[in-house]
Amino acid sequence: MCTMIAKQTKVTGSGKAGAEWFRVDTASVSYDHPFDMPLEYTLNIDFTNQSGTPGSRVAVELDAASANSLIEAIQAVLRQAVQGGYLEEH
Amino acid sequence: MYTTDQYEGMLAETVVVPGYHADLINAYYARPLGVGPFPGMVLIHHLPGWDEWYRETTRKFAAHGYVSICPNLYYREGHGTPEDVAARVRGAGGISDDQVIGDVGGALSILLAQPYVNGKVGIFGTCSGGRHAYLCACRIPGFAALVDCWGGRVTMTTEELTPKQPVAPVDYTSDLSCPILGIFGNDDHGPTTEQVNQLEETLKKHSKDYEFHRYDGAGHGFFYYNSPSYRQEQAKDGWNKVFAFLDKNLKGG
Repeated sequence: MCTMIAKQTKVTGSGKAGAEWFRVDTASVSYDHPFDMPLEYTLNIDFTNQSGTPGSRVAVELDAASANSLIEAIQAVLRQAVQGGYLEEH
Repeated sequence: MYTTDQYEGMLAETVVVPGYHADLINAYYARPLGVGPFPGMVLIHHLPGWDEWYRETTRKFAAHGYVSICPNLYYREGHGTPEDVAARVRGAGGISDDQVIGDVGGALSILLAQPYVNGKVGIFGTCSGGRHAYLCACRIPGFAALVDCWGGRVTMTTEELTPKQPVAPVDYTSDLSCPILGIFGNDDHGPTTEQVNQLEETLKKHSKDYEFHRYDGAGHGFFYYNSPSYRQEQAKDGWNKVFAFLDKNLKGG
Protein backbone atom coordinates (compact mmCIF):
# COMPACT_ATOMS: atom_id res chain seq x y z
CA MET A 1 0.00 0.00 0.00
CA CYS A 2 2.43 2.66 1.01
CA THR A 3 5.53 0.48 0.62
CA MET A 4 3.74 -2.30 -1.30
CA ILE A 5 6.14 -4.76 0.35
CA ALA A 6 3.73 -7.60 1.01
CA LYS A 7 3.42 -11.33 0.44
CA GLN A 8 0.67 -13.82 1.13
CA THR A 9 1.10 -17.51 1.84
CA LYS A 10 -1.48 -20.23 2.33
CA VAL A 11 -1.50 -21.76 5.81
CA THR A 12 -3.51 -24.42 7.62
CA GLY A 13 -4.32 -23.69 11.22
CA SER A 14 -6.49 -21.96 13.77
CA GLY A 15 -6.32 -18.48 15.19
CA LYS A 16 -7.94 -16.79 18.15
CA ALA A 17 -9.30 -13.24 18.19
CA GLY A 18 -11.06 -12.25 21.40
CA ALA A 19 -12.79 -15.34 22.76
CA GLU A 20 -13.31 -16.95 19.39
CA TRP A 21 -11.21 -19.51 17.57
CA PHE A 22 -11.53 -19.80 13.80
CA ARG A 23 -9.75 -21.52 10.95
CA VAL A 24 -7.03 -19.45 9.27
CA ASP A 25 -6.11 -20.12 5.65
CA THR A 26 -3.82 -17.20 4.78
CA ALA A 27 -0.87 -15.40 6.32
CA SER A 28 -0.26 -11.91 4.95
CA VAL A 29 3.21 -10.59 5.68
CA SER A 30 4.08 -6.97 5.00
CA TYR A 31 6.64 -4.33 5.90
CA ASP A 32 4.53 -1.19 6.04
CA HIS A 33 2.94 1.32 8.39
CA PRO A 34 1.57 -0.25 11.58
CA PHE A 35 -1.83 0.56 13.02
CA ASP A 36 -0.74 0.48 16.66
CA MET A 37 3.02 0.03 17.19
CA PRO A 38 4.66 3.47 17.58
CA LEU A 39 7.08 3.05 14.66
CA GLU A 40 7.05 4.33 11.08
CA TYR A 41 7.25 0.81 9.66
CA THR A 42 6.85 -2.66 11.15
CA LEU A 43 6.87 -6.26 10.03
CA ASN A 44 3.18 -7.10 10.04
CA ILE A 45 1.62 -10.56 10.03
CA ASP A 46 -2.11 -11.04 9.60
CA PHE A 47 -3.46 -14.57 9.94
CA THR A 48 -6.85 -14.50 8.26
CA ASN A 49 -9.73 -16.55 6.98
CA GLN A 50 -10.28 -15.15 3.51
CA SER A 51 -13.84 -16.42 3.32
CA GLY A 52 -14.70 -14.65 6.58
CA THR A 53 -15.24 -10.98 7.36
CA PRO A 54 -12.29 -8.55 7.55
CA GLY A 55 -12.47 -9.02 11.32
CA SER A 56 -11.47 -12.67 10.97
CA ARG A 57 -7.88 -11.68 11.66
CA VAL A 58 -5.12 -12.35 14.15
CA ALA A 59 -2.58 -9.55 13.83
CA VAL A 60 0.90 -8.76 15.09
CA GLU A 61 3.13 -5.75 14.35
CA LEU A 62 6.82 -6.35 15.14
CA ASP A 63 9.99 -4.36 14.88
CA ALA A 64 12.51 -5.87 12.47
CA ALA A 65 14.75 -7.35 15.20
CA SER A 66 11.77 -9.08 16.76
CA ALA A 67 10.70 -10.46 13.41
CA ASN A 68 14.13 -11.96 12.82
CA SER A 69 14.14 -13.45 16.33
CA LEU A 70 10.74 -14.97 15.66
CA ILE A 71 11.97 -16.61 12.43
CA GLU A 72 14.95 -18.10 14.28
CA ALA A 73 12.76 -19.32 17.12
CA ILE A 74 10.29 -21.01 14.79
CA GLN A 75 13.06 -22.71 12.84
CA ALA A 76 14.81 -23.84 16.04
CA VAL A 77 11.61 -25.31 17.45
CA LEU A 78 10.84 -27.16 14.21
CA ARG A 79 14.40 -28.57 14.12
CA GLN A 80 14.04 -29.75 17.70
CA ALA A 81 10.71 -31.38 16.88
CA VAL A 82 12.36 -33.29 14.05
CA GLN A 83 15.28 -34.31 16.27
CA GLY A 84 12.86 -35.50 18.95
CA GLY A 85 10.97 -37.65 16.48
CA TYR A 86 7.77 -35.63 16.74
CA LEU A 87 7.95 -34.43 13.15
CA GLU A 88 9.20 -35.87 9.90
CA GLU A 89 11.78 -33.76 8.14
CA HIS A 90 10.62 -32.36 4.84
CA MET B 1 -9.89 33.68 9.06
CA TYR B 2 -12.42 32.62 11.65
CA THR B 3 -13.68 35.22 14.09
CA THR B 4 -15.81 34.59 17.15
CA ASP B 5 -18.80 36.52 15.83
CA GLN B 6 -19.30 34.23 12.83
CA TYR B 7 -22.08 31.72 12.38
CA GLU B 8 -20.76 28.23 11.74
CA GLY B 9 -22.67 25.06 11.04
CA MET B 10 -22.24 21.95 9.00
CA LEU B 11 -23.97 18.79 7.93
CA ALA B 12 -21.87 15.62 8.07
CA GLU B 13 -23.08 12.17 7.16
CA THR B 14 -22.35 8.96 5.32
CA VAL B 15 -23.67 8.91 1.76
CA VAL B 16 -23.57 6.55 -1.21
CA VAL B 17 -21.90 7.62 -4.44
CA PRO B 18 -21.22 5.98 -7.81
CA GLY B 19 -17.72 4.62 -8.32
CA TYR B 20 -15.67 2.49 -10.65
CA HIS B 21 -17.82 0.49 -13.08
CA ALA B 22 -20.87 2.33 -11.66
CA ASP B 23 -20.53 0.40 -8.38
CA LEU B 24 -22.17 2.15 -5.47
CA ILE B 25 -19.74 2.80 -2.62
CA ASN B 26 -20.08 4.73 0.61
CA ALA B 27 -18.43 8.05 1.32
CA TYR B 28 -18.19 10.51 4.17
CA TYR B 29 -19.65 13.89 3.29
CA ALA B 30 -19.47 17.17 5.17
CA ARG B 31 -20.63 20.56 3.99
CA PRO B 32 -21.04 24.00 5.48
CA LEU B 33 -24.64 25.03 6.05
CA GLY B 34 -25.88 27.79 3.80
CA VAL B 35 -26.63 28.39 0.16
CA GLY B 36 -23.03 28.88 -0.83
CA PRO B 37 -21.60 28.87 -3.33
CA PHE B 38 -18.79 26.88 -1.72
CA PRO B 39 -15.77 25.24 -3.32
CA GLY B 40 -15.44 21.48 -3.02
CA MET B 41 -12.78 19.04 -1.86
CA VAL B 42 -12.30 15.33 -2.48
CA LEU B 43 -10.22 13.65 0.22
CA ILE B 44 -8.30 10.47 -0.55
CA HIS B 45 -7.71 8.36 2.52
CA HIS B 46 -4.40 6.76 3.44
CA LEU B 47 -3.08 3.26 4.12
CA PRO B 48 -4.82 2.88 7.51
CA GLY B 49 -8.04 3.13 5.61
CA TRP B 50 -11.24 5.12 5.76
CA ASP B 51 -10.57 5.92 9.37
CA GLU B 52 -11.41 8.42 12.07
CA TRP B 53 -8.60 10.82 11.07
CA TYR B 54 -10.05 11.10 7.58
CA ARG B 55 -13.60 11.61 8.79
CA GLU B 56 -12.30 14.32 11.13
CA THR B 57 -10.31 15.91 8.33
CA THR B 58 -13.37 15.87 6.07
CA ARG B 59 -15.18 17.89 8.74
CA LYS B 60 -12.14 20.15 9.08
CA PHE B 61 -12.35 21.10 5.43
CA ALA B 62 -16.08 21.72 5.79
CA ALA B 63 -15.41 23.99 8.76
CA HIS B 64 -13.07 25.95 6.50
CA GLY B 65 -15.83 26.43 3.96
CA TYR B 66 -15.42 23.46 1.61
CA VAL B 67 -18.06 20.95 0.58
CA SER B 68 -16.02 17.83 1.23
CA ILE B 69 -16.30 14.18 0.37
CA CYS B 70 -14.10 11.23 1.28
CA PRO B 71 -14.98 8.05 -0.65
CA ASN B 72 -14.34 4.69 0.99
CA LEU B 73 -11.85 3.26 -1.50
CA TYR B 74 -11.88 -0.09 0.35
CA TYR B 75 -15.65 -0.52 0.18
CA ARG B 76 -15.43 -3.65 -1.95
CA GLU B 77 -13.31 -5.48 0.66
CA GLY B 78 -16.26 -5.81 3.02
CA HIS B 79 -17.00 -4.09 6.30
CA GLY B 80 -15.43 -4.15 9.72
CA THR B 81 -13.17 -1.83 11.66
CA PRO B 82 -11.14 0.45 9.35
CA GLU B 83 -7.98 -1.39 10.49
CA ASP B 84 -9.31 -4.84 9.65
CA VAL B 85 -10.54 -3.72 6.24
CA ALA B 86 -7.25 -1.92 5.50
CA ALA B 87 -5.26 -4.98 6.60
CA ARG B 88 -7.15 -7.09 4.09
CA VAL B 89 -6.31 -4.59 1.34
CA ARG B 90 -2.67 -4.51 2.44
CA GLY B 91 -2.44 -8.28 2.29
CA ALA B 92 -3.88 -8.32 -1.21
CA GLY B 93 -1.27 -5.89 -2.50
CA GLY B 94 -3.45 -2.80 -2.47
CA ILE B 95 -6.21 -1.71 -4.83
CA SER B 96 -5.86 -0.95 -8.51
CA ASP B 97 -5.16 2.53 -9.78
CA ASP B 98 -8.00 2.23 -12.30
CA GLN B 99 -10.45 1.44 -9.50
CA VAL B 100 -9.30 4.47 -7.51
CA ILE B 101 -9.67 6.72 -10.54
CA GLY B 102 -13.22 5.44 -11.09
CA ASP B 103 -14.21 5.94 -7.46
CA VAL B 104 -12.70 9.42 -7.22
CA GLY B 105 -14.26 10.46 -10.52
CA GLY B 106 -17.64 9.48 -9.13
CA ALA B 107 -17.10 11.54 -5.98
CA LEU B 108 -16.04 14.53 -8.07
CA SER B 109 -19.17 14.28 -10.21
CA ILE B 110 -21.37 14.29 -7.09
CA LEU B 111 -19.74 17.49 -5.83
CA LEU B 112 -19.98 19.27 -9.17
CA ALA B 113 -23.69 18.40 -9.39
CA GLN B 114 -24.56 20.23 -6.15
CA PRO B 115 -26.25 23.62 -6.54
CA TYR B 116 -24.24 25.07 -3.65
CA VAL B 117 -20.82 24.18 -5.15
CA ASN B 118 -19.05 26.93 -7.07
CA GLY B 119 -17.63 24.61 -9.73
CA LYS B 120 -14.12 24.57 -8.27
CA VAL B 121 -13.09 21.32 -6.62
CA GLY B 122 -9.70 20.40 -5.17
CA ILE B 123 -8.22 17.04 -4.21
CA PHE B 124 -6.23 16.21 -1.07
CA GLY B 125 -4.46 13.06 0.02
CA THR B 126 -1.80 11.86 2.42
CA CYS B 127 0.55 8.87 2.23
CA SER B 128 -0.86 6.41 -0.36
CA GLY B 129 -3.70 8.93 -0.68
CA GLY B 130 -1.17 11.54 -1.76
CA ARG B 131 -0.08 9.24 -4.55
CA HIS B 132 -3.69 8.57 -5.51
CA ALA B 133 -4.49 12.29 -5.42
CA TYR B 134 -1.62 13.04 -7.79
CA LEU B 135 -2.72 10.23 -10.09
CA CYS B 136 -6.35 11.36 -10.12
CA ALA B 137 -5.53 15.03 -10.68
CA CYS B 138 -3.63 13.93 -13.80
CA ARG B 139 -6.13 11.36 -15.07
CA ILE B 140 -9.49 13.00 -14.23
CA PRO B 141 -10.34 16.32 -15.86
CA GLY B 142 -12.00 18.87 -13.62
CA PHE B 143 -9.87 19.36 -10.53
CA ALA B 144 -8.81 22.93 -9.80
CA ALA B 145 -6.16 22.28 -7.10
CA LEU B 146 -4.11 19.34 -5.86
CA VAL B 147 -2.61 18.85 -2.40
CA ASP B 148 -0.13 15.97 -2.19
CA CYS B 149 1.01 15.34 1.37
CA TRP B 150 4.02 13.00 1.43
CA GLY B 151 2.61 10.74 -1.28
CA GLY B 152 4.93 7.76 -1.67
CA ARG B 153 5.57 5.96 -4.95
CA VAL B 154 4.52 8.91 -7.11
CA THR B 155 7.88 8.25 -8.73
CA MET B 156 8.46 4.52 -9.21
CA THR B 157 11.18 2.32 -10.65
CA THR B 158 10.27 -0.16 -13.35
CA GLU B 159 10.69 -2.95 -10.79
CA GLU B 160 8.05 -1.36 -8.55
CA LEU B 161 5.33 -1.39 -11.22
CA THR B 162 2.61 -4.01 -10.72
CA PRO B 163 -0.56 -5.01 -12.58
CA LYS B 164 -2.52 -2.89 -10.08
CA GLN B 165 -0.09 0.02 -10.40
CA PRO B 166 1.15 -0.30 -13.98
CA VAL B 167 2.28 3.29 -14.49
CA ALA B 168 4.08 5.67 -12.13
CA PRO B 169 1.85 8.69 -11.47
CA VAL B 170 4.74 11.01 -12.29
CA ASP B 171 4.59 9.73 -15.86
CA TYR B 172 1.17 11.36 -16.25
CA THR B 173 2.48 14.79 -15.22
CA SER B 174 1.98 16.31 -18.67
CA ASP B 175 -1.78 15.82 -18.14
CA LEU B 176 -1.87 17.67 -14.81
CA SER B 177 -4.12 20.65 -15.37
CA CYS B 178 -4.22 22.33 -11.95
CA PRO B 179 -1.78 23.86 -9.47
CA ILE B 180 -0.16 21.46 -7.00
CA LEU B 181 0.88 22.00 -3.38
CA GLY B 182 3.38 19.45 -2.06
CA ILE B 183 4.00 18.97 1.67
CA PHE B 184 6.94 16.73 2.60
CA GLY B 185 9.08 15.77 5.58
CA ASN B 186 12.81 15.67 4.93
CA ASP B 187 13.25 12.58 7.14
CA ASP B 188 10.67 10.56 5.20
CA HIS B 189 11.70 7.20 3.73
CA GLY B 190 8.89 7.23 1.18
CA PRO B 191 9.05 9.66 -0.53
CA THR B 192 12.72 10.37 0.07
CA THR B 193 14.13 13.83 -0.58
CA GLU B 194 15.64 12.42 -3.79
CA GLN B 195 12.22 11.26 -4.96
CA VAL B 196 10.73 14.66 -4.12
CA ASN B 197 13.56 16.27 -6.11
CA GLN B 198 12.73 14.00 -9.04
CA LEU B 199 9.05 14.98 -8.85
CA GLU B 200 9.92 18.66 -8.68
CA GLU B 201 12.19 18.36 -11.72
CA THR B 202 9.38 16.73 -13.68
CA LEU B 203 6.93 19.49 -12.73
CA LYS B 204 9.48 22.08 -13.80
CA LYS B 205 10.12 20.29 -17.06
CA HIS B 206 6.41 20.40 -17.89
CA SER B 207 6.07 24.04 -16.71
CA LYS B 208 3.48 23.14 -14.07
CA ASP B 209 2.30 25.52 -11.36
CA TYR B 210 3.72 23.95 -8.20
CA GLU B 211 4.51 24.95 -4.63
CA PHE B 212 6.57 22.57 -2.46
CA HIS B 213 7.24 22.88 1.26
CA ARG B 214 9.82 20.55 2.78
CA TYR B 215 10.11 20.36 6.54
CA ASP B 216 13.20 19.56 8.57
CA GLY B 217 12.62 17.54 11.71
CA ALA B 218 9.63 15.76 10.18
CA GLY B 219 9.23 12.42 8.49
CA HIS B 220 6.21 10.61 7.15
CA GLY B 221 2.72 11.49 8.35
CA PHE B 222 3.60 14.47 10.51
CA PHE B 223 0.00 15.80 10.52
CA TYR B 224 -1.24 12.68 12.36
CA TYR B 225 -1.78 13.94 15.93
CA ASN B 226 -2.49 10.36 17.11
CA SER B 227 0.87 9.03 15.96
CA PRO B 228 4.48 9.39 17.13
CA SER B 229 5.18 10.87 13.69
CA TYR B 230 3.27 14.03 14.67
CA ARG B 231 5.31 17.25 14.60
CA GLN B 232 3.38 20.13 16.08
CA GLU B 233 5.31 23.07 14.64
CA GLN B 234 5.61 21.60 11.15
CA ALA B 235 2.00 20.40 11.11
CA LYS B 236 0.66 23.79 12.13
CA ASP B 237 2.62 25.51 9.39
CA GLY B 238 1.70 22.82 6.89
CA TRP B 239 -2.03 23.18 7.54
CA ASN B 240 -1.70 26.95 7.13
CA LYS B 241 -0.02 26.36 3.77
CA VAL B 242 -2.78 23.95 2.72
CA PHE B 243 -5.61 26.37 3.41
CA ALA B 244 -3.78 29.40 1.96
CA PHE B 245 -3.22 27.43 -1.24
CA LEU B 246 -6.80 26.16 -1.46
CA ASP B 247 -8.37 29.51 -0.58
CA LYS B 248 -6.32 31.15 -3.33
CA ASN B 249 -7.17 28.57 -5.98
CA LEU B 250 -10.72 27.58 -5.11
CA LYS B 251 -12.33 30.56 -3.39
CA GLY B 252 -10.94 33.38 -5.50
CA GLY B 253 -12.29 34.69 -8.78
